[in-house]
Amino acid sequence: MKSDELLNVLQMLVETPGPSGSENLIRSKIEAEIRDHVDEVYTDALGNLIAKKGTKTEGGKRVMISSHVDEIGLMVTHVDDNGFARFIAIGGVSPFTCIGGRVVFMNGTHGVIGMERLDKDEQPSLAKLFIDTGATSKEDSKVGVGDVCGFERPFVTLGKRLVAKSMDDRAAATVAIQALKSIENTPNEIYFVFSVQEEVGLRGAITAAYGVDPEVGIAVDVTRTGDTPMGVKMEVALGKGPAIKVRDSSFIADPRVVNWMVDEAKAQGLPYQMEVLEAGGTDGAAIQRTRAGVPAGCLSIPCRYVHSPSEMVDVDDLQQSVSLLAGLLSKAITF
Amino acid sequence: MTNKYSPEFGQEELDLLSRLSNALSVSGDEQEVREIVYAELQEFKDSMHTDAMGNVLVHREGSGPDRLRVLVDAHMDEVGMMLTREDGDGLFEFVVVGGIDPRQLVGKPVIVGRQHVPGVIGAKAIHLTTKEEREQVLKVNALRIDVGLGGSKMVEIGDRATFATTLQVLGPSLRGKALDDRLGVFNLIQLLKNAPDNIDLLAAFTVQEELGLRGAKVAAYHFNPDIGIAMDSTPANDLPHFDSEVNTTHNTKLDGGPAIYLMDGATIGDRRLIKWLSETAEAEGIPWQYRQPGKGGTDAGAIHKTRAGVPSVSVSVPQRYLHSPAGMVRIDDELNTLKLMHAALSRLDKSILKSQEN
Repeated sequence: MKSDELLNVLQMLVETPGPSGSENLIRSKIEAEIRDHVDEVYTDALGNLIAKKGTKTEGGKRVMISSHVDEIGLMVTHVDDNGFARFIAIGGVSPFTCIGGRVVFMNGTHGVIGMERLDKDEQPSLAKLFIDTGATSKEDSKVGVGDVCGFERPFVTLGKRLVAKSMDDRAAATVAIQALKSIENTPNEIYFVFSVQEEVGLRGAITAAYGVDPEVGIAVDVTRTGDTPMGVKMEVALGKGPAIKVRDSSFIADPRVVNWMVDEAKAQGLPYQMEVLEAGGTDGAAIQRTRAGVPAGCLSIPCRYVHSPSEMVDVDDLQQSVSLLAGLLSKAITF
Repeated sequence: MTNKYSPEFGQEELDLLSRLSNALSVSGDEQEVREIVYAELQEFKDSMHTDAMGNVLVHREGSGPDRLRVLVDAHMDEVGMMLTREDGDGLFEFVVVGGIDPRQLVGKPVIVGRQHVPGVIGAKAIHLTTKEEREQVLKVNALRIDVGLGGSKMVEIGDRATFATTLQVLGPSLRGKALDDRLGVFNLIQLLKNAPDNIDLLAAFTVQEELGLRGAKVAAYHFNPDIGIAMDSTPANDLPHFDSEVNTTHNTKLDGGPAIYLMDGATIGDRRLIKWLSETAEAEGIPWQYRQPGKGGTDAGAIHKTRAGVPSVSVSVPQRYLHSPAGMVRIDDELNTLKLMHAALSRLDKSILKSQEN
């Protein structure tokens, strides 16, 4: 696997804004990237991009891989006479990571986030924040109620660590894209779903899974780590390989899927980590509860500072995740 | 456009809306409104049925080629109360069904059960209370519905109760209970009676919205539509601010026209449908407003996640004092909502789903 290509795809994805419900731009970029490598690609009613690769032959299964392409962001609720825009969060946004941050709207307008004066001991809340787009009046403002923005932060490499906004979940989408490209022969019929509206409740994956009707499903998403000073207690660390999810607060991964992933990692001699996440959910939960039920799991990319504008992943973890996913999908699935 | 539809609010309409608003139709027991819907829509009796959960579903087929199948939804239920235990002496313990601020309950006249037995949510008279007592909010489990000794034989545990408010016209406004979502029910009845032929109108009068969009979930599964639209009512928090600060959280404003949803707690509105509605309003000269993005949810939250996905949006009539004994709406906002829905449906064709703006 060429590391340059992976980094180029990742950079392109993380620098494209696409908060939940506004995934048109990121969708078209991914479509262009994968079109020549799949049998069929289409967009469903909610905006999920779905790419089919392979035809089911003996021993094969219909598999759904879901990586979400939306990111957390903000939506304008009010613009005052002086041009300051109030907003609400799209997905889980902390006021602490907003203050002093920069945003870019889907129409290209840039803005910075400012804060009202707080009383002594008052905690910041989103209601106390506003976006300053440089407008001098309401009439001068290039954004209005309903306009959507994402956080703006350039992609940087710090040795093996890669930092950007929206590593959640563009790092995983990159893994899915690179795995998709590397698969040559497969007995499986694979549906790569680049899902929408995950950050507001797995909504895209719910309908995509119904439409695809898979026999087995894997979400690819980021997970938290326990390797930062005074951080959460958790086994997963950056640079120790792909994490194989056992459970999070949205679902318990099917043990057959967990074992399938562990066996493949061992067979390839890849490092891997078992993940038990106390709080958080992924598209795996949506796939599992579709129709009459689907065995589902999740391949997780360890990620520090999740839902901040500077999410950090490790390049080796990414490449090993690509190998693991491609290996899983290239062979008959025997459970 | 030919045959322009100009709805009016005359005696006949007032009578229908009064019956809808005054009905007792708390989530899980929507029979009274269901009966009104059936009576009003006799011309559709062959394409109307009640499903397993109690939703009334009407399939009104159009006649043009290549028609979109459009689900239009309004919920029949309202927030209210349910009797849970008899204390004797005509006093009943109760629970709240759906979201009601407990501060709204004390001292209110109510009606209980299918027979509309009158009662009151009583509290100790001011003569007997201390200053400290008057500063406390009375919790629901400390309150009782008192139907008097005679009435107690006419009500049972499990009966629903609602506020004993009747619809009144106040100049340009209407004051009544359960306008969330009887205005939607009223509008859906009118849309069926004046349905445009270019679409298949799939009308869902749903149950149990106030408990979590439950009826809409199965109604949408049944219809499997191309597009979904929830018609509801949303708070107008447009009262003056006395400190002259800018009101950045009005949600909607009375007299602002139909409120088109961008995002609430349950749905991100489909951009194509938001544009379709706002462009229709502009073209027809109908006042309209965005409902400010925020919390809450409508049946669109269930509809859009149905099967392989349904592009969905919500439109609401702005209302002051939602989920209270008496809400307040403008007749013009109500008529403009109906007008907008009719005009928008009349210009709808399959090209709307071809763009990739969502």
